[in-house]
Amino acid sequence: MNLTLKIWRQKDSNTKGQMVDYKVTDISEHMSFLEMMDVLNEQLVSSGEDPVAFDHDCREGICGMCSMYINGEAHGPDRGVTTCQLHMRMFKDGDTITIEPFRATAFPVLKDLVVDRSAFDRIQHAGGYISVNTSGNTQDANAIPISKHAADEAMDAATCIGCGACVATCKNSSAMLFVGAKVSQYALLPQGQVEAADRVRNMVAQMDLEGFGNCTNTGACEIECPKGISLDNIARMNRELMKASI
Amino acid sequence: MGGFFKSSIGRKVAMALSAFFLMFFLLQHFSINILSVFNPDLFNEVSHFMGTNPLIQFVLQPVLIFGVVFHFVMGFVLEIKNKKARKVAYVKNNGAANSTWMSRNMIYSGVAILAFIVLHFIDFWFPEINTKFIKGDWSGTIEGVEGFRYYEELTHKFVSPIRVGAYVLAFVFLALHLLHGFTSAFQSMGATAGRKKTLQNIGKAYSIIIPLGFIFIALYHHFNH
Ligand code: SF4
Ligand code: FES
Repeated sequence: MNLTLKIWRQKDSNTKGQMVDYKVTDISEHMSFLEMMDVLNEQLVSSGEDPVAFDHDCREGICGMCSMYINGEAHGPDRGVTTCQLHMRMFKDGDTITIEPFRATAFPVLKDLVVDRSAFDRIQHAGGYISVNTSGNTQDANAIPISKHAADEAMDAATCIGCGACVATCKNSSAMLFVGAKVSQYALLPQGQVEAADRVRNMVAQMDLEGFGNCTNTGACEIECPKGISLDNIARMNRELMKASI
Repeated sequence: MGGFFKSSIGRKVAMALSAFFLMFFLLQHFSINILSVFNPDLFNEVSHFMGTNPLIQFVLQPVLIFGVVFHFVMGFVLEIKNKKARKVAYVKNNGAANSTWMSRNMIYSGVAILAFIVLHFIDFWFPEINTKFIKGDWSGTIEGVEGFRYYEELTHKFVSPIRVGAYVLAFVFLALHLLHGFTSAFQSMGATAGRKKTLQNIGKAYSIIIPLGFIFIALYHHFNH
């Protein structure tokens, strides 16, 4: 298929960017979206132009690096997929596709479609871990009984890959789905409950400091999240913070 | 606890608490108003009680005013903060793909309701304050009207088709605001129940029946007097 691409080009974080039109031809519907971008970049390189910078790593939906806003949706029109898992068969011959970086004040654009998501790392550093002694005499995790229900819910929360699609999608650029998932994955397990109060307080404080917006429960994040992280995690985080503050 | 209400989540909770209070108030307000259709005498009695009972006038009324002002001011503060969280807008954004119109436009339905409240205050509340607190007349009666004056005043307001039109429009916005706000308040309070079908259905029923009821009252008096 032949496509017209409207892509955000921005030299660096200090330069103003703009949308630029490109044409790509003979795109196979079996290609992933990133492979289509590779075709465009090969074209640009061979004509001596600067290729479009975009983030990617695993290309199989695990790392959360790929991060495009495609036709007005994070990771494009498909559900439960990252951009690297999005197939070109979701589009039609002759389509015009708009491709923008994830937008949030807390995710500044570094170049073209690459944004700085280190705000998420700083939130994680504020409490997204458990402090256990790993010097050799660590207790076997399986020695602590955990209900199936709690284990399943913690596992579901832990599937968050930190991609930032929730922030990009949210009309308020709120990071609450991400932070809710990270708080929940520990709050549900005995190993995490020891530091639960400090964790939620510190992670929420860091989230606010980074300049993410306030959640207004539109539910858009849950729909666009490639891992199907549930809004229930935000509710749990709210409860955890209330508990920690009383 | 002070720190809690400064956090993003604390603000959500405060918004939800004031919303619960206002939704409860609305229900109570509706229950009294609907009496005007079925039993004008009872409506007069209840209105006089609400308008003269010291507990309601001096305790609940200030709380209500605080609740209303707080909900609006906080709504605007949050909107400004949220706008700042994305300074560069998307060239193309397909919000309809993942959220309802109501959830994305709470600020606009809210502003419409605010405009209505201003009108409503000019219509009913300021004259009441003037009569009771400035003129010191707590009798609930007026010259030329037998018994209490409240029913007469109410029906008089609904003569003008323009005012009735404004009321109807405002209640449509109220319904839109509630259709998102009702369950949203539960979610903010940390209740996953807000996402269960039962509560969603109760929310839908409340958000449609109450505003529709107010519309019915306005139209009823408009066409019957
Ligand atoms: S919650 Fe979902 S959308 Fe948000 S960072 Fe995690 S995986 Fe990505
Ligand atoms: S490149 Fe790793 S998730 Fe897409």
